[in-house]
Amino acid sequence: MSDMLTIQGLWAGVPGKDILKGIDLEVRAGEVHAVMGPNGSGKSTLAQVLAGHPAFTVTRGAITYLGRDLLAMPPEERAREGLFLAFQYPVELPGVANAQFLKAAVNEIRAHRGLEELDAMEFLDLLKDKLALVDMDFGFMSRPVNEGFSGGEKKRNEILQMALLEPRLAILDETDSGLDIDALKVVAGGINQLRRPDNAIVLVTHYQRMLNYVTPDRVHVLAGGRIVRSGERDLAQTLEARGYDWLEADGAAPAEVSE
Amino acid sequence: MTAGTTGDAFLSAWKALEASGAFAGPPWLRDRRREAIARFTARGLPTSRDEEWKYTSLAPITAAGLDAAADGGGDEPAEEALAPEVLSGPWPRLVFVDGRYSPKLSAIGPLPRGARIESMAGALITDPDMLRPHLHDSGAGEDGFDALNAAFWRDGALLQVPTGAVMAEPVHLLFVTTGATRRVEHPRSLVVVGAGSRVTLIESHVALGGNAPGLTNATVDIDLGEGAVLERYTVQRASGGAFEIGRTRVRQARGSGFRSCAVTFDGRLVRNETEVRLGGETASCALEGLFVIGGRQHVDTRTVVDHAAPRATSRQLYKGILDGRARGVFNGRVIVRPGAVGTDAHQTNKNLLLSDEVEVDSKPQLEIFADDVKCSHGAADGQVAEDGIFYLRSRGLDETSARALLTLGFANEVLGRIDIGPLRARLEAFLASRLNGGRVAAEPEPAGKDTA
Repeated sequence: MSDMLTIQGLWAGVPGKDILKGIDLEVRAGEVHAVMGPNGSGKSTLAQVLAGHPAFTVTRGAITYLGRDLLAMPPEERAREGLFLAFQYPVELPGVANAQFLKAAVNEIRAHRGLEELDAMEFLDLLKDKLALVDMDFGFMSRPVNEGFSGGEKKRNEILQMALLEPRLAILDETDSGLDIDALKVVAGGINQLRRPDNAIVLVTHYQRMLNYVTPDRVHVLAGGRIVRSGERDLAQTLEARGYDWLEADGAAPAEVSE
Repeated sequence: MTAGTTGDAFLSAWKALEASGAFAGPPWLRDRRREAIARFTARGLPTSRDEEWKYTSLAPITAAGLDAAADGGGDEPAEEALAPEVLSGPWPRLVFVDGRYSPKLSAIGPLPRGARIESMAGALITDPDMLRPHLHDSGAGEDGFDALNAAFWRDGALLQVPTGAVMAEPVHLLFVTTGATRRVEHPRSLVVVGAGSRVTLIESHVALGGNAPGLTNATVDIDLGEGAVLERYTVQRASGGAFEIGRTRVRQARGSGFRSCAVTFDGRLVRNETEVRLGGETASCALEGLFVIGGRQHVDTRTVVDHAAPRATSRQLYKGILDGRARGVFNGRVIVRPGAVGTDAHQTNKNLLLSDEVEVDSKPQLEIFADDVKCSHGAADGQVAEDGIFYLRSRGLDETSARALLTLGFANEVLGRIDIGPLRARLEAFLASRLNGGRVAAEPEPAGKDTA
């Protein structure tokens, strides 16, 4: 099956407030999609709903992931089935050493795939490879997860997790924001490493600069909880040049989908 | 003889022991015992009307049918039974069984020149006058239990290290209760560290064998000379029926450092009091504690840090994990005396509440009588953070594993600071067994009342 993710007529929000108002999106294996849009357009909500954040309720619509009803799966099952969300604001876990956390996650997912748990030495070898990929010092492994990390270090730690967990579908929620150019290149390098014909990536971003390093196959513009434009990579460049205002002016127009 | 643990029962028990010649020691100590029992007679046992005991009821102790007059404990355990409690074979070790020193189970080994490790009962015979200046029984700030210890104590550990010595290995004090009788004991220990010396002390309280309830009312006096450094770890794994009331009184000279870490897993009612007097310039103390309790356990932590000299530093970090109907109390008092300029004092108390029926009373008290000081405190009680749980679930952990990992993390903020490998490994193993699936199980109830 080439369809990785199909979102149909998705409405979601928090109690008393709709945030997503009819999202349709299809992502196939091997593709990179960029979801762009102004602040408050619902980009992060879409990412969180895909990962199963309990704060959001889906009121209408359906999501199919690898042929299964994604909305019926608890967050951990989505993760075990290969869905990965790189958090916009990675959570600090006081007292939980990064290495302990990463090993627990890797082994949960290995167990689900019918693979044997890695012992401490095997995990260390794997970890060393992936640390080099994201240019992270081993010293971060004994520190509590994300605690006292700079913004850039937190984002690298997300990409490290992605590299270790080898997802089928990676959703990166504003992973580029707050990064200097060097960190951006490292993060982009990590994403490009993951790019393979059998998996897919959704980049949620406010700016197009990440797309200079990770070339998307499709670009979607979210405004007011709906996808108002979809296009090729040049759509991102148009947004960079003209901003989002021109879209919001005719945001009520039906999404123009060029196949 | 009156059985029980009322004030009268303690008084008549003391008189009987005194009359039988059970209290060894020179005249000055006999005088101190008499003064102490007189103070106890005037004061009685604490009640919830005492501000310092407001949140801790002694009713479970009174109801346990203990015998204040009980003299002597159970049989010494076999060495094999004790073996799992020994942290490292070569470390100097003093073992006490139901409060009495056991030469057979102890192993002291070679010591630096001039250092002493022995039982207080032994020191009372060989060199009692050495103890005199170091026992802090003035009666000031005392409650009924302090006075009882001062009146009743008969044994405990003595550790004395001369000036300029380094104890390369930790000294392990192992206090074993056999649970054979409904005993009451009042151990007294003394630690004297000479100027510039360094010592690490580990104190384990463990239950072996029976499950009869018992009361331990312990006092530890600590004197640190100039520039001396003492690290002290206490591990509380008494039986589910144990009542453990203990106080540590520390006097610090100039430039000395005291670090303590108290970890409590077991015991029906535990009260840990730590009083530190920072009596010399630039002295520093770091007091840390963790308790992990469930069922109807009750842990009361009381600290008094007295900044009596300039530029001294104190750090406190106390954390609790409570489940079931457990109850925690934290009473942290910091006093900054006039003239104690440049004081730097910080106190943190955090509790993780795993059930709706737990209760925590946290009361910081800052009393500042000097200018140019830095004093702060923070307190937080709450549940496992939901955003952390979602983060872990999004990485493939189920909710139970996520809660367990975060709860371990909460505890590791204290345990992670322990850099003695064998001790830390042991504590992590206890913690993992106590925190099964992120919950704290209730402990088994103590054995029913003796019918004899």
